[in-house]
Amino acid sequence: MTCFLEIDNLSAIIRGSNDRLLRSVSLQVNIGEVHGLVGESGAGKSMIGKAVLGILPAAVEIVEGQVRLDGQDLFALNPNDRRRLIGTKAALIPQDPLTALNPSRRIGAQITDRLVDILGWTKHDAANRAAELLVEVHISDPERVLASYPHELSGGMRQRVLIASAFAANPQLVIADEPTTALDVTVQKQILRLIRELQLRHGTAMLFVTHDLGVVSKICQRLSVLFAGKIVEQADVAQFYSNPGHEYSKALMVATPKYTEPLTSLMPVDESVISAVTEEIEAADREWRGA
Amino acid sequence: MPDDKPMFRVRQLSVALPDFANKPPFGRPPLIRILNGLDFDIQTGSVLGVVGGSGSGKSTLGRTLVRLLKPSAGSIEFEGEDIGQLTEEQMRPLRRRLQMIFQDPMSSLNPRRRVKEIIADPLRIHGLDRIDTRVDEALDHVGLPRSFRQRYPHELSGGQRQRIGIARAIAMRPDFILADEIVSGLDVSSQAQVLNLLEDLVRELGLTVAFISHDLSVIRRLCSQVLVLNRGSIVEYSPVEELFAAPKSEYTRELLDSIPLPDPDQPGW
Repeated sequence: MTCFLEIDNLSAIIRGSNDRLLRSVSLQVNIGEVHGLVGESGAGKSMIGKAVLGILPAAVEIVEGQVRLDGQDLFALNPNDRRRLIGTKAALIPQDPLTALNPSRRIGAQITDRLVDILGWTKHDAANRAAELLVEVHISDPERVLASYPHELSGGMRQRVLIASAFAANPQLVIADEPTTALDVTVQKQILRLIRELQLRHGTAMLFVTHDLGVVSKICQRLSVLFAGKIVEQADVAQFYSNPGHEYSKALMVATPKYTEPLTSLMPVDESVISAVTEEIEAADREWRGA
Repeated sequence: MPDDKPMFRVRQLSVALPDFANKPPFGRPPLIRILNGLDFDIQTGSVLGVVGGSGSGKSTLGRTLVRLLKPSAGSIEFEGEDIGQLTEEQMRPLRRRLQMIFQDPMSSLNPRRRVKEIIADPLRIHGLDRIDTRVDEALDHVGLPRSFRQRYPHELSGGQRQRIGIARAIAMRPDFILADEIVSGLDVSSQAQVLNLLEDLVRELGLTVAFISHDLSVIRRLCSQVLVLNRGSIVEYSPVEELFAAPKSEYTRELLDSIPLPDPDQPGW
């Protein structure tokens, strides 16, 4: 079986309300495959990643559906087993490299924590592995970086550290939540290449959350376009970019700035497209409530 | 109003700021050079794009133009007068005419004040009349309903908040607006809306704008002239179409090649 992450008909609500934040989301990510989650802010892209990692905010409740990691149904496990499974098989690359690192601890300690606490490595082995990892993310002076505090590093350097830390325990699934949004374009390119390189070398399955259709085309093989917590289109990247299927996907594509095309003026997503998708979603909601 | 004289004439502009990371335990911090001898003009009624990576000095340049920072050398002529070394007192009559729009609309709008107060406060400070009418007009200009007067920033979406930031700036009837990374926090659809709005306002109100961005793809839409900064120096200063057709510097080329186009077969990736 090559499918590593399987999300099946997942719906989530705000506790106590009847409104869904995730609307019957289904997707599969195979071993060695990168799956892009695209949508505007508030579409629920990060929520899906958090649901998989079991770190949803307390106010969000999953009301139906399954998440299977390596064939095991996460919700069927007791909380301890679930944490252990997620902790050993999955990892997160967060968006903001400054808030994701503890400002008062050295980089070295923050990378080795995970190895010592979850995997039970000795501190000595973990420290060696941390230095190795920094070399793998092309940091030329690992010793200095391991001894540094986060504020002493640039944004791109911090993101490299977080990538190293995500790949530290050889996870089979990595969830990247807008990992390059806070970086400028030249650094973004380096970081995207780095993520792709590590992902290929380790054969990792990856869920890549972003609002940027340009970024998706560089790193993903498949993608899901989300609107209001619902997947409106799921397709192979090659096919999607030559021929997006859903009206909303087409509108997003037009709104994406392309520096190579001077004359086309940018078109925000049209109201008529928004109301059509909203209707589609309301119809799905009525059906869901009836069922 | 066609006018051959530029609104801004900047010559040999240098800025140095105290480097507190290397401050000795006693005594003053050493100065660190941020901008090194910049020469450029901003024509009245045009939009100048300022591009560069993080740490290149683009925001420092913007802040020096509106004199939130003082140049350490060189001159900034605004309508023929060197404003580089004016005191705060001497700057005050110009403040209304030089406005700013900020990157993060959440932290640049006071969360405890309603939209009408956010837009009205600077008008009141500058002693302008008909404040209510001006607030309404500003909301009309940015395409928000007048009922938004009563809202708080947290009740608005990111794109709407950025429109309030724009409304606050244009309500002052400025001649010049500094827009510092105003669309980088927005997703593509709101980004397109805000850029289109700014373009319309430049035309309608005859504004002159310096548009700072790290993203060359949004520059192409809006700007007539582009200035590329790297490590505090100008590496390219060209009309926008020239820059995209044949970038003069290696650094500009690199910036262009780094933009991910929505195309899986883009060369160089």
